[in-house]
Amino acid sequence: MAAACLSVDDLCVNFGGLRAVDHVSFAIESGRIHGLIGPNGAGKTTIFNCVTGFYRPTSGRVRFLEHDITGFRPDQVAKLGIARTFQNVQLFASLSVLDNVLVAKHGHMRTGVLAEGLGLPFVRKQEHAVRDTAFGLLDFLGLADLHRKPAASLPLGHQKRLELARALALEPKLLLLDEPASGLNTSETQALGEMLGRVRERFALTVLLVEHDMGLVMNVTDVITVLNFGRKIAEGTPKDVQNDPEVIKAYLGETAGAGRG
Amino acid sequence: MRCGDFRVSYASDERIFETRLPPVALAALLALLALVPLVAGTYWLDVLNRIGIAIIGAIGLNILVGFTGQISIGHAAFLSVGAYSTAILEVKAGVPFWLAIPLAAGLTSGFGLLFGVPSLRLKGLYLAIATLAAHFITAYVIIHWERMTNGVLGFNVPPATVFGFPLDSDARIFYLIFALVVPAVFFAKNLFRTKVGRAFIAVRDRDVAAAVIGVSLYRYKLLAFVISSFYAGVAGGLMAHHSRIVFPDAFSLLVAIDYLAMIIIGGMGSILGSIYGAAFMTLLPEVLKLGATSLTGVYPNAFGLIASARDIVFGLAIIFFLMYEPQGLARIWMRFRSFWKLWPYAY
Repeated sequence: MAAACLSVDDLCVNFGGLRAVDHVSFAIESGRIHGLIGPNGAGKTTIFNCVTGFYRPTSGRVRFLEHDITGFRPDQVAKLGIARTFQNVQLFASLSVLDNVLVAKHGHMRTGVLAEGLGLPFVRKQEHAVRDTAFGLLDFLGLADLHRKPAASLPLGHQKRLELARALALEPKLLLLDEPASGLNTSETQALGEMLGRVRERFALTVLLVEHDMGLVMNVTDVITVLNFGRKIAEGTPKDVQNDPEVIKAYLGETAGAGRG
Repeated sequence: MRCGDFRVSYASDERIFETRLPPVALAALLALLALVPLVAGTYWLDVLNRIGIAIIGAIGLNILVGFTGQISIGHAAFLSVGAYSTAILEVKAGVPFWLAIPLAAGLTSGFGLLFGVPSLRLKGLYLAIATLAAHFITAYVIIHWERMTNGVLGFNVPPATVFGFPLDSDARIFYLIFALVVPAVFFAKNLFRTKVGRAFIAVRDRDVAAAVIGVSLYRYKLLAFVISSFYAGVAGGLMAHHSRIVFPDAFSLLVAIDYLAMIIIGGMGSILGSIYGAAFMTLLPEVLKLGATSLTGVYPNAFGLIASARDIVFGLAIIFFLMYEPQGLARIWMRFRSFWKLWPYAY
């Protein structure tokens, strides 16, 4: 078995009296696209928020490659090489498409306030270098023509692509995608699936995907973890998971599950 | 003819100025500026000096409020720290002014760092109230630390001297002020062409997304306070040298509000807007005063009325800009310019 890129061990998250995540463990192998599915409120986004440092888990550990990242701040997690997108797109509305990507190049520039304010030549040089990579990314995702537009003026499909471009600009090793297909129509979703394949090929990424669109999940993922009410109820290849009685019960309800089973 | 917006190199995209003309115009403006003291009377020199100081202060506030989105009504406190530290360093410690101003600005930065700490937890209105507390704490210390500040009376500041040459007239202090205004503008302009400036705007627009791509919110919020209060420290130091006296009433809460009005009217998140706003807010009372003087022949009471008219006009101006031109004078200027660039072929 390949080395684990991300492993979540015995994770619990309580919100007051509610246990949103209940002793969940799973590991993602490097280079895989790993799906995380479950009905609404199953705890998927909560796990994302624990991995990316927005929540501190009540108990359990999160490990990324050789680091224990439990309790890290979001920017520290980002610097180690984990990028994410959001369920509802979170762009810098007033910045241009290009600048949105450039913000993510933040960690790749070695310049200080003084040098920048004085406009020293080495700052210009680094700025040009990051602009090159940012343009390359926009080109790859088909947004290069729009690079001067304010992010807020793009249609949702493009905004989602821009958010992906921004995440990729971090040069992450692990990419967390939170419902990338929500709000997209069937053909857009199909295009997204193809793009994910290309992205993985080009950037040698590991991907953790939360998604409700089962067509997409079954198509692109290698392994799927299924959650329900904060608990892990199944894990396996898309085919295994589809036939798992627990999963059918969780999605379709008790009687339907019994009728089928 | 220019009929569109073509940029074929990064350099053109990153240029400080949008068109070819301004560098020439800028050089002309600088030359003109250098000649001003030769022709302007003391009255207008004084007004220009105050505009120059306000420009530095307003850029500082705009970096914090307009660009980084951290609302502060403590700017008068930052100015007062700059002014008092400059004055105390010079008068009590005998530090020469060219060293006192940067030292005081550094001190003000430290002060800004301290009062920026609440911004790590508080946002919006709550942060505004925390900075208000900073204002009152500072005002209290200044009034009660009499040994250093001479309490409510304040104290006189001797004129700055450069190579034994006292800057004791409006014309001489003019050169000092504008020798600092020009680099202050360019420094800020440069900052917003690259990494740090973008990170500030990212924190303002969407702090969650900024954090998730590696921008440390702690670092950048505090950095915004530090840079902002450094500008305020310089502006304060110049105020001390311009009015040659420091006293608590010169840094009342109204001063903080005036500065907020400058950046609202001039344009939030715009360096040039800070300049327009500083000029507008300094010129408006002068224009009103001139109006009143010409009216005294007809209506002897005009001067008394003007005092209250000032506040009413300011209030109305702020409301007008918030409602109809939230991006301020900077936006009006941009529309005006693009109109003439394409005129008469507007379509």
